[in-house]
Amino acid sequence: MPSSTSSGLAVSCRGLKKHYGDVRAVDGLDLEIRLGECFGLLGPNGAGKTTTIEILEGLTPPDSGDIEVLGRRWGRHDRELRERLGVSLQESRLAEKLTVYETLELFRSFYVRGRSPEQLMADLSLEEKRDARVGKLSGGQRQRLAVACALAGDPELLFLDEPTTGLDPQSRLQLWDRIAVYKAAGRTVLLTTHYMEEAERLCDRVAIVDHGRIIALGTPAELVAGLHAPHIVEFSTEPDVSDEILAAVPGLGERRRRDGRWLVGAASLAQALPALIGALERAGARPVSLSTHRSTLEDVFIALTGRELRDA
Amino acid sequence: MPEKPAERRPSQPPSQRRHPLAALTKARLLEFLREPEALFWVFAFPIIMAVVLGFAFRDRPPDPAPVGVVEGASAPELSAALAHSGTVRPRAYASLAQGREDLRTGKITLLVEEAPGRGLTYHFDPTRPDARLARLEVDAAIQAARGRRDPSPAVEDRIHEKGSRYIDFLLPGILGLNLMGTGIWGIGFSIVNARLKKTLKLMVATPMRKSDYLLAQMLSRFVFLIVEVGLILVFGVVAFQVPIRGTLAALSAVTVLGALCFAGIGLLVVSRARTLEAASGLMNLVMVPMWLLSGVFFSSERFPSAVRPLIRSLPLTAVNDALRAIMLEGRGLATLGVELAVIVLWGLVSFGVALKIFRWQ
Repeated sequence: MPSSTSSGLAVSCRGLKKHYGDVRAVDGLDLEIRLGECFGLLGPNGAGKTTTIEILEGLTPPDSGDIEVLGRRWGRHDRELRERLGVSLQESRLAEKLTVYETLELFRSFYVRGRSPEQLMADLSLEEKRDARVGKLSGGQRQRLAVACALAGDPELLFLDEPTTGLDPQSRLQLWDRIAVYKAAGRTVLLTTHYMEEAERLCDRVAIVDHGRIIALGTPAELVAGLHAPHIVEFSTEPDVSDEILAAVPGLGERRRRDGRWLVGAASLAQALPALIGALERAGARPVSLSTHRSTLEDVFIALTGRELRDA
Repeated sequence: MPEKPAERRPSQPPSQRRHPLAALTKARLLEFLREPEALFWVFAFPIIMAVVLGFAFRDRPPDPAPVGVVEGASAPELSAALAHSGTVRPRAYASLAQGREDLRTGKITLLVEEAPGRGLTYHFDPTRPDARLARLEVDAAIQAARGRRDPSPAVEDRIHEKGSRYIDFLLPGILGLNLMGTGIWGIGFSIVNARLKKTLKLMVATPMRKSDYLLAQMLSRFVFLIVEVGLILVFGVVAFQVPIRGTLAALSAVTVLGALCFAGIGLLVVSRARTLEAASGLMNLVMVPMWLLSGVFFSSERFPSAVRPLIRSLPLTAVNDALRAIMLEGRGLATLGVELAVIVLWGLVSFGVALKIFRWQ
């Protein structure tokens, strides 16, 4: 849908701050989301993603900061904005006693224009569950219904807070597919996630959030390319090798430990692997396992914060 | 899902959607009807209560009191005289000891013994009113059977007027109690639940009007109201012949206003509560004093006159008084200005304050 923003931005905010007591949930966050892109806020739990998205949704007032959504402002154009936005909240539960159809009919009634319950069920593959009570749905079906409710007003901008958290891989793939189709229709999506794979699959651009601030911004490819090491070598040996031995191997980058294994960055596998194997042999360490993968957003996060995304 | 972006475009035209207030009311009704426990408390509970209390205070002659007669020469004659009187039920005992044992445990209210040479002896506990009554009836029956004649015979005029029995007083009270209970419970728990599960938050993220949501809660009450009030009234009229002397229009007006008033109070009570425990504490805090003070089971006139103005300003007192005035005295709305004003004022103020301070997330 053509937006009334002249800037081509769906969301722009500057100097966003929100404190809860002593906790700075959002600490001076700047963000620009372009019309038609899928933008991901990636970060560990407690990084401030949910607070940020709820401020942009107009549900939480910020302590300070300047926000424009679709060229409009909260506090002045609330009703118009609500008609044009779709919102799916983290951990919100729909009434369990209503059926899928009744729930969609209810949410559809809130918007002046939008998609019919039938269209929404078709969009999210829920036709077979038309008359099933919400309480009887699986986690994946519930989440698809939540997204269907968010789409009831045929929104220009869709907010999804952790849309696939807790879902099984198949349900996750199914939901990613639905979001991709929505985006392909030229709509804008802002989602939060702590799954790097989700961000890499769905998002045109990603902002990595930590402690209420954006610490990196770009396309997933740009962020990974920004690492010194585009490859990660992961291995374990018997007996273990020391940090000093690895530090002396040419072509190896940053090193870290995980579950008794070494994860070492490498600019070039052709150069690093022979050198590493030679060094292990000289040290008398027999490789038990050895594998390589291309660096991911997770590696970017670790490089930036020194912590892992999942347990940060 | 249409795979071509172009197919996404046709939105449903505005004319095809339901009005949000209607959709919210319908959703609320469906949710309620699919909650078996809620159905029980709203519909079955007041009926059960009316049946139990109605039977406890039912309108019929008192049971003949069981009276023991100790074995002896005159025992058959005494038993026959007592049975003939109809006011007591004689039972024979082989010995005085057995009779006293049953008297002590309350199986009989009085024991008659006639020993040769000592005349009649009545064994009974004078602190029990029914025992004293039995003594009078037993003595009257025996003396009459042995030939005593009353110097001034009297005729009895027994009054069983409908409308002055306890059940007639009780039924309007149960109606008022039910209006309050379902209004406050029915609305309170559903709202706290929606707040806990963040359904409320999800809804305020849509263009839904907040007043529509609260109004739908109140409107959905109307449908239950027709059923629950109808059930109790029909039950009272059919089972106990409770009179409805005033007009049905006046009765409907008071129940509708009462229901809206309690729905408003229900909204106010849970407008800030974040947990079910906090909500049920607040609901009890509001309701228990009214159960006791507002004349549900006994008239609030029994309280000291100093606190009566306070009691009369409670919404349940106003509803109960108005219902009784209409049903039992046949009064019209015009004579119930004070009660109606109390009801409307409580409703308006509660709804207004609730809307202002309501916590949506």
